[in-house]
Amino acid sequence: MGFLDIDNTTKSYGPVEVLHEIDITVEEGEFLVLVGPSGCGKSTLLNMIAGLEEITSGEIRIKDQVMNGVHPSKRNIAMVFQSYALYPNMTVGQNITFGLEMHGVPKAERDKAMNDVAQLLQIEQLLDRKPGQLSGGQRQRVAMGRALVRNPDVFLFDEPLSNLDAKLRVDMRTEIKKLHHNLGTTIVYVTHDQIEAMTLSTRIAVMNGGYVQQLGTPKEIYDTPSNLFVATFMGSPSMNLIPVKLRVDGEAVVAETESSEGDTLSLSVPNPSARLKSYNGQTVTMGVRPEALTDAEGADHRSTHIEKVLNKVTVTEPAGSDTFVTTTIGGAECVARMRADTEATPEEVTEFAFNMEKAVFFDPKSEDRIV
Amino acid sequence: MQSAPDFKTRLQVWLPKLVLSPSIAMVLVFVYGFILFTVYLSFTDSRILPSYGWVGWENYSKLFRLSHWEIAITNMAIFALLYMVICTVIGLALAIFLDQKIRGEGALRPIYLYPMALSFIVTGTAWKWILDPGIGIENTMHSLGWESFAFDWIKNREYALYTVVLAAVWQTSGFVMAMFLAGLRGIDNEILKAAQMDGASNWNLYRRIIIPQLRPAFLSAFVILAHLAIKTYDLVIALTGGGPGRATELPATFMYSYTFTRNQMGIGAASATIMLMTIAAIMVPYLYAELREKR
Amino acid sequence: MSVASQDTTIRTGRVTRALIYLTLLLFALFYLMPLFVMVVNSLKPLHEITSGNMMALPEVWTIEPWRKAWSEAQIGVQATGLKPYFWNSIKMVVPAVFLSTMLGALNGYVLTKWRFRGDTILFGLMLFACFIPFQIVLIPMARVLGIFGLAGTTWGLVLVHLVYGIGFTTLYFRNYYAAFPTELVRAAQIDGAGFFQIFWRILLPSSGPIIVVSVIWQFTNIWNDFLFGASFADFSSQPMTVALNNLVQSSHGVKEYNVHFAAAILAALPTLLVYIVAGRYFVRGLMAGSVKG
Repeated sequence: MGFLDIDNTTKSYGPVEVLHEIDITVEEGEFLVLVGPSGCGKSTLLNMIAGLEEITSGEIRIKDQVMNGVHPSKRNIAMVFQSYALYPNMTVGQNITFGLEMHGVPKAERDKAMNDVAQLLQIEQLLDRKPGQLSGGQRQRVAMGRALVRNPDVFLFDEPLSNLDAKLRVDMRTEIKKLHHNLGTTIVYVTHDQIEAMTLSTRIAVMNGGYVQQLGTPKEIYDTPSNLFVATFMGSPSMNLIPVKLRVDGEAVVAETESSEGDTLSLSVPNPSARLKSYNGQTVTMGVRPEALTDAEGADHRSTHIEKVLNKVTVTEPAGSDTFVTTTIGGAECVARMRADTEATPEEVTEFAFNMEKAVFFDPKSEDRIV
Repeated sequence: MQSAPDFKTRLQVWLPKLVLSPSIAMVLVFVYGFILFTVYLSFTDSRILPSYGWVGWENYSKLFRLSHWEIAITNMAIFALLYMVICTVIGLALAIFLDQKIRGEGALRPIYLYPMALSFIVTGTAWKWILDPGIGIENTMHSLGWESFAFDWIKNREYALYTVVLAAVWQTSGFVMAMFLAGLRGIDNEILKAAQMDGASNWNLYRRIIIPQLRPAFLSAFVILAHLAIKTYDLVIALTGGGPGRATELPATFMYSYTFTRNQMGIGAASATIMLMTIAAIMVPYLYAELREKR
Repeated sequence: MSVASQDTTIRTGRVTRALIYLTLLLFALFYLMPLFVMVVNSLKPLHEITSGNMMALPEVWTIEPWRKAWSEAQIGVQATGLKPYFWNSIKMVVPAVFLSTMLGALNGYVLTKWRFRGDTILFGLMLFACFIPFQIVLIPMARVLGIFGLAGTTWGLVLVHLVYGIGFTTLYFRNYYAAFPTELVRAAQIDGAGFFQIFWRILLPSSGPIIVVSVIWQFTNIWNDFLFGASFADFSSQPMTVALNNLVQSSHGVKEYNVHFAAAILAALPTLLVYIVAGRYFVRGLMAGSVKG
């Protein structure tokens, strides 16, 4: 039993099932991020943990206590909302202590808790202001303060950074990560931003269409996505998907595709699994992240399986630290991440290096990764 | 272990419906229950008091043979048509004029609108004496030396109905103006800019671009005015009392006098039912559309 | 309006503009004329009206008609003036406005923040009730008030106005609360606030403007009502509008036009004052009753 158990939980609105048998266990101190496109059910799941939406079937348990039918205020959780949901008619201080007041905590204790939290978040000078007088970042802090002061078992965050501008978003992200690190609290965090998911989480649940597509550490999700949806949703620019024909020759497996010049490219696959070998002669989808498709000089020196090919460049996009080079391999448009001073020029053939250690393969029909 | 929701939590689930229920109960009884009761009465032989002898459609067939009722509904048709058209024309014109960056708009708007805050009884009283030939406009003109001036519509069977239209227009046209003005102010300025770039004249700008975009305001104005027209009662009572003769009798005054002074409750109920059906025919589709959009 | 709108004025020629101003001014005169006539003639002795010019200012200024209208005029069988009827109206309006606004606020809160299956239909039923011709309920209402012993009483009128007013107040609060962030309610739920605590502590403190709109609308409507007052009230509860009409329509004695005008202004004064003080909210109420959302 974990700290927070989501056990076979489904959610239906009338005859429509929007969440299908979700099974997630969160350990104490974990930072779980629910990520997915809008409408995937991640916010619904969060609201079910909070008690704001009813559970159709299955159980949600916090510290082994079944939470089905328990009022949100009795679950010992706290939530930070997308709009911050600060009470407009109350001061910052009243906002922070409202929950304690509702739980009958005496005034002296409330004030002490408020001051501790205000100090932690550096919002002491704001306590007497109204939310309308605060900037976006300040509101965000107050919203977190309101959650922290309750000292809850689980923190729930519902896209808390999506209303901030780009720079503030990065700052607050770091802030939240620090907070988690220092306080060691258990957090469930919903976002549609895969970078937030990667940077903040200890584990990620990638959701789509009411299903958890994959549950794992950021590294697992990134390096070994369980299906095409996870592969393309996580990572930016997204993973290149190239149709290749597998040819098995004894122990060796070669993935064949065609260059932009019409030449056959044979890329040898390291440590092929038996399962992969069973696809001999078939066309599968090869996934290669942009950073595993580079110029020859930029290729990972520790990798033992670098395959160099010649191909024509379509577009180059200098991004400062790197240059993204677009090319067509096997009829699929691919993005390569090259060094900033690469010599690749549009309409000219240049050398691309595949890091085949990082290549993954998907069954084109089931879209699942071939393990 | 499965913990059943405790009493307080369950109460919280029921509380919203509990709070809403007195209002719903009141509306169901006092509005819909009463409507059913009145509709039922319209099929009975009720005279001075409700009585429950079923007479089928007799009251309705009697009603439509009454010349009194025929006058009332003819008047209604004339009144409603003139009232709605004139209010709309004046309201739209004033709104368009006021929207031309008029100096003093802030002073004019409340002047156009204040009649809406008055009781129809006050409006009726004021216009009753203003239009009275003995002391009102006619008398004023005579005292100014224009001896041949005649303006006695309010005492004239042919024209009395138009004085009701006049007073009603005076009361509501400012409100219609406000509705159109809100519509005009809601139109995206960039669209107007684009149309001006396209070389549209002012006339074409209004005819082709702006007025078509006021469709929702036209619809609302129509619904509100139609419903006010059908309910017009106090104004007639105060202004003409339905007279001279029956010249300004409307369904609302007909219903009241048949039910409470002539003791023909069955016929009164039948006329009320017909009024309700008319309003329902306008309001139900409108409310249905409004509430559906909001989802 | 944004700055960008400044340069998009539709350009009009000078003659057109002059005509526009002229039309606007003429209509202003049209709307003001009856008020002018009422005020001017309420300050004249009677013979100046009957023998003279309605549009002229008084030669002899007098407040006698006002005094008479307020405390002496013959209304019905008694020469009481409007005074007792004014208090009848106040006693009816205050509780009816208060109760209908309270209920409307609670209904709007439930219908937006505690939605349930079928709530829109219930709201539609309440809303349609605002628009029925009240003739359809007169007969049964008279019976029911009689059965409950409320016939001819102020409380009977309060009940009637409450019943037929909650549709509008519910509409106002529902539209207003629909724009109120639901996340605030959820946050308060997690903070442990119950149904009524959320209403009192979170929603109501932010409801100032819509409460004003609802109060003004209800006040104006109920004060100006004639049909219910005429149908269900007796001498002890008749409101101002009914008294004014009785005064003006009474057929015996000399017609004291100056007193009628003074009485009409007295009957209009409370709503006019509200309009002058809070016209902005009055217009908002009017608009919300027609163009929703």
